[in-house]
Amino acid sequence: MGNVPSAVKHCLSYQQLLREHLWIADSVPGALDPAQEASQLSGLPEYVKIVEVGPRDGLQNEKVIVPTDIKIEFINQLSQTGLSVIEVTSFVSSKWVPQMADHTEVMKGIQQYPGVRYPVLTPNLQGFHRAVAAGATEISVFGAASESFSKKNINCSIEESMEKFEEVVKSARHLNIPARGYVSCALGCPYEGSITPQKVTEVSKRLYGMGCYEISLGDTIGVGTPGSMRRMLESVIKEIPPTALAVHCHDTYGQALANILTALQMGINVVDSAVSGLGGCPYAKGASGNVATEDLIYMLNGLGLNTDVNLHKVMEAGDFICKAVNKTTNSKVAQASYNA
Amino acid sequence: MGLFGFIMQHPQLVTQADRSKSSASTSSVSTFPKRVKIVEVGPRDGLQNEKNIVPTSVKIRMIDMLSEAGLPVIEATSFVSPKWVPQMADHIEVLKGIQKFPGINYPVLTPNFKGFQAAVAAGAKEVSIFGAASELFTRKNINCSIDESLQRFDQVLKAAQAAGIPVRGYVSCVLGCPYEGKISPAKVAEVSKKMYSMGCYEISLGDTIGVGTPGIMKDMLSAVMHEVPVAALAVHCHDTYGQALANTLMALQNHKPKERITCSGISGSRQLGGLEGPALSALAPTVTALSPSFRLQMGVSVVDASVAGLGGCPYAQGASGNLATEDLVYMLEGLGIHTGVNFQKLLEAGTFICQALNRKTSSKVAQATCKL
Repeated sequence: MGNVPSAVKHCLSYQQLLREHLWIADSVPGALDPAQEASQLSGLPEYVKIVEVGPRDGLQNEKVIVPTDIKIEFINQLSQTGLSVIEVTSFVSSKWVPQMADHTEVMKGIQQYPGVRYPVLTPNLQGFHRAVAAGATEISVFGAASESFSKKNINCSIEESMEKFEEVVKSARHLNIPARGYVSCALGCPYEGSITPQKVTEVSKRLYGMGCYEISLGDTIGVGTPGSMRRMLESVIKEIPPTALAVHCHDTYGQALANILTALQMGINVVDSAVSGLGGCPYAKGASGNVATEDLIYMLNGLGLNTDVNLHKVMEAGDFICKAVNKTTNSKVAQASYNA
Repeated sequence: MGLFGFIMQHPQLVTQADRSKSSASTSSVSTFPKRVKIVEVGPRDGLQNEKNIVPTSVKIRMIDMLSEAGLPVIEATSFVSPKWVPQMADHIEVLKGIQKFPGINYPVLTPNFKGFQAAVAAGAKEVSIFGAASELFTRKNINCSIDESLQRFDQVLKAAQAAGIPVRGYVSCVLGCPYEGKISPAKVAEVSKKMYSMGCYEISLGDTIGVGTPGIMKDMLSAVMHEVPVAALAVHCHDTYGQALANTLMALQNHKPKERITCSGISGSRQLGGLEGPALSALAPTVTALSPSFRLQMGVSVVDASVAGLGGCPYAQGASGNLATEDLVYMLEGLGIHTGVNFQKLLEAGTFICQALNRKTSSKVAQATCKL
């Protein structure tokens, strides 16, 4: 790049750049419709549903315990951004996940906006019953494509965990409560290393077969690359329609958006993310965790894909929670937009 | 086990994936190039945008370590006036001080003829010049129009040609400008074509403020590829908005055109209709022979990156800058694409320069693998 410093003062302020130009889809009067201007990449879905996992997956991996009222305010702010699915908490024993100890208060305390769904994690029947008592109307169960990970994480084999989930999902179906299935370690395991696409397919099929309406394939330690993402999805798509699949990419190795782009090109149109890229990786000290919702929206907007989500409002929610946990955002879009 | 240990024990996740699997696809044409040349710009573009001035000996050591890591091209410094870029004031000492590994090129930036002469005197065997796809950016930066800026380089190009010195051309603001906002792909193609025809052997297309997204990258490349052969193109993505790797991935991919194509190379004008997908790929060899308009949009195979993702963005305080070489290599290795880079040594070079700069790495791979 050339001689820069004297020129800096004269350029558009970043806020201006973001608002007035085409890569941020906001309804600013006079702004061009990004969907018309942005490139039409062939083969991509027109609409992408973002599943916001910040309040659960994100906060779960943050060291600072966030007070209940902050969690509730955080979720309420997210509810006003246009996000249609916000995973709010986990009905897991507080012994294992202290951050989620206030699951009942959070579930009862949030404002449930019309048109927004608030799934909660339920690792077992006990958790499920508590969740329902607290007003949950959607649940998630968490399997893994790795035996070692399953044993270390939830102290049972994949098969044993599936039996537990069958009970939960069956009970959920009785009450007309939709269940989402997660498959961890879809692109690699911290204990076993590489995971075969066949194993991921087997576990996904099991969860789908027992009644989960959607399977979220998680690159738990973020080791995946577009090549391994493609191979894994090619295998799973043979058994489960792409419309019932989601990708949940961690950005531990900076690969998340490239992996998500690959998934979109293969017909996946549901993507999990966490505002501000909350959550570290418990397997790599200092490493980052979830892909940041802001950065994801930025890419989707630029691609001309519809998300119904207001990026500015998401950034505000991100700013709020980062101040609350006293950390700098992991979102590059947020870093670029707010002066350091 | 620590993640670093895990990575070393499971090299399949970090080094080459099974090539036959990764390059296979349902069509008869592979999706990615087999090899990618990485142009390491950390010592120049990276350091140039770092606040802390790095001593000459540290710069030299950094470049030597990058050479040991096997990077084929390392942009060593910039022969620019120290008044403008104090970080590059020691350009002569750096160029003279580094070890010149055989098989590795060490281009230097030469903003004008004076800089070019000084560079040659200091032993430069390759130089770079830069233009921009934005009139306003050029005006604000160097106080002239794009055409005038290119005219100024004419002298450099002629002298370089006479001396047998290859010249690389940079085009800034290819996906957006901090002053003009949106930049038309046609403008990028026009400037690239000019620089290529003036004698630049390679054109590096830079998303200077990192605002681009994959679709816009693809459109820009489509336009440029009509004017400059893809083998002479490189992408230089900044990660200011976290889009660099996704944009780079898009640039690497081969794309099948979706428009209706006309067979103009043979008698008459026959419509081949909306051929897509496997049908089109099956025809690929025949199609390619008929007319350039049939050709698949082949992917770019030269990518610029900066070790540790060095360099901030001067247009956005606190924002990040270049794509981190470590994160790029991680992706390429995972795709089974050959880079020639020793990943371990690359990580060491990144650790070294970050310690010297007293800053944390911007590479996610480095963050995940190095103990804090």
